[in-house]
Amino acid sequence: MPNQGQGPVRAAARHEGTHETQSDTGYATNGTRPPMTADSDQPLLRIAGVKMRFGGVVALGGVSFDVAHGQIRGLIGPNGSGKTTLFNCISGIYRFMEGDILFEGRSLAKVARHNMANVGLGRTFQNVALFKPLSVRDNILVGAHHLARSGFIANALRLPGVRREDAAAQTRLNDLMDLLDLHAVADTPAGSLPFGTQKRVEMARALIGAPKLLLLDEPAAGLNHSEVDELAELILQVRDHFKLSVLLVEHHMSLVMRVSDKVVALEFGLKIADGTPDEVRAEPEVIRAYLGDTHQEPVH
Amino acid sequence: MPNKTALPFVLLLLAAAIFPTAMFSGYHLFQLTMVVVYAIAILGLAMLTGINGQISLGHGAFYAIGAYSTAILMASWDVPYWVTLPISALVCAGVGFLVGLPALRLGGLYLALTTFALAVAIPQILKHKLFEDWTGGVQGLVIDKPEAPFGLNLTSDQWLYLFALGVATILYVLAINLTQGRIGRAMRAVRDHAVAAEAMGIDLAMLKTRTFAVSAMYTGIAGSLGAMAVAFVAPDSFTVFLSITFFVGLVAGGAASIGGTVLGAVFIEFVPNLADKVSKAAPGAVYGVILIAMMFLMPQGAGGFVAMIWRKLMRAGGR
Repeated sequence: MPNQGQGPVRAAARHEGTHETQSDTGYATNGTRPPMTADSDQPLLRIAGVKMRFGGVVALGGVSFDVAHGQIRGLIGPNGSGKTTLFNCISGIYRFMEGDILFEGRSLAKVARHNMANVGLGRTFQNVALFKPLSVRDNILVGAHHLARSGFIANALRLPGVRREDAAAQTRLNDLMDLLDLHAVADTPAGSLPFGTQKRVEMARALIGAPKLLLLDEPAAGLNHSEVDELAELILQVRDHFKLSVLLVEHHMSLVMRVSDKVVALEFGLKIADGTPDEVRAEPEVIRAYLGDTHQEPVH
Repeated sequence: MPNKTALPFVLLLLAAAIFPTAMFSGYHLFQLTMVVVYAIAILGLAMLTGINGQISLGHGAFYAIGAYSTAILMASWDVPYWVTLPISALVCAGVGFLVGLPALRLGGLYLALTTFALAVAIPQILKHKLFEDWTGGVQGLVIDKPEAPFGLNLTSDQWLYLFALGVATILYVLAINLTQGRIGRAMRAVRDHAVAAEAMGIDLAMLKTRTFAVSAMYTGIAGSLGAMAVAFVAPDSFTVFLSITFFVGLVAGGAASIGGTVLGAVFIEFVPNLADKVSKAAPGAVYGVILIAMMFLMPQGAGGFVAMIWRKLMRAGGR
């Protein structure tokens, strides 16, 4: 069980605080579009009956859940359960076939991939997708691309507007390098850093763009025990510091259970559980999906 | 910013570059002019291929379009030579943008082949009857060498060298600004990981087509200056081999290095002559050996090699 050390204590404390403000409607599974609600109790992200097929294979069979403002939402499921498909639907890599994904009430169905950052979605990648030859500094600054507007001509002439944008990005960069302890490697090519450090760089790159929702795709993959502990701390710290929501797609159960306010579990493209970590952990369907019928112990 | 620390070096470099005007004349000065011209052409290619990762084996085509734009304007419409430069730049940027559109669908090696096809086609298009009235067909066009303005006591070779140097300086400053800022970071990001770059809000289609346009514009301006230096354009000056030569210059200089483009230009201008001096019988073989030797000794290109030496010197000086 993961309930040891300091992480869970903080996580538990936070659970109390956020529960009142959550606007999770429990809206689910019937696949109809939700009514548009007023801004105040509208969730940040609403997945509403999303369906996705590849050929004859149903990858998502109508999944629905919400991510509230300031919430850390875990998304779990065994291999092939549709986690990554759903993740790619949200970030626009796949176009879902039915249902809708609403971000602040606005459908993401037709939003171009390069506008997702502008809308307020930041993301990291499974196995890290940094610009390897570029310095850590430049990698992070690319994340601020969508905050600025200057084009080719303005840049070539270094017009005053470009300098202002640069200065603004530089300030954000320094804050993030403080927070994520990256100053020492600022000028190092990102590809030459240890994997754990690369993950921090990727996190910084996502955060400099001021996302409202941070999508984390299996951030614990490839990390050792102590690094996963640090990651858990970091996710909580980032959420509190930037007041953002997090959707955490993860295999690593102890991490998900430790940091998530609410967890949704998928199996074969369908939702099998949705609730607090304790509720989901106790759900017989989840136990069965992860450990098979004969096991009694919940996942570790 | 690196711009400020680099300024004295740039001025020193410029002084050194102006110096030959007094020292050399005739053919040697022409060779130096061609180094400047090739440097601009390779700089265009470096932004596209080295920095943005779109491989072009056909930049000779843009060089040819630039050269012909200038030659046609000067020969048929008596347009002053310096006025032809911005026009040629616009024409080449437009053509580059259009070539950049299919390039969006053709990644990597397929793009290389497509641009290669363009380079193969261009001499024949220039010879075609349809355009013969303008292009002069197989004969090509003869143009006048620009004379020094304001009654300056310079030969036309000297003046053209200084003119090309001035244009090159402006183009290098603009290129350095462009590639060091937000857009340059985006270009490199697209090269290194397009999916991640897109998730960071970079519009791939827009960035790649505009980079293509800028790249073609640079190489086209080089073509215009080259036409002025040679005072003659003909289809067979712009064969596929020219495109390959630019590519050689790019790699020899260090693909993603702005400063390396000058070294690449020196390489493609002088090494063939050098090879010719070493062996009259088989200059191609000597050229090949030099090229291979260089790849072994300077895997990062000449630009990377100089940068490495520079770093070592700085570190030694710092202690």
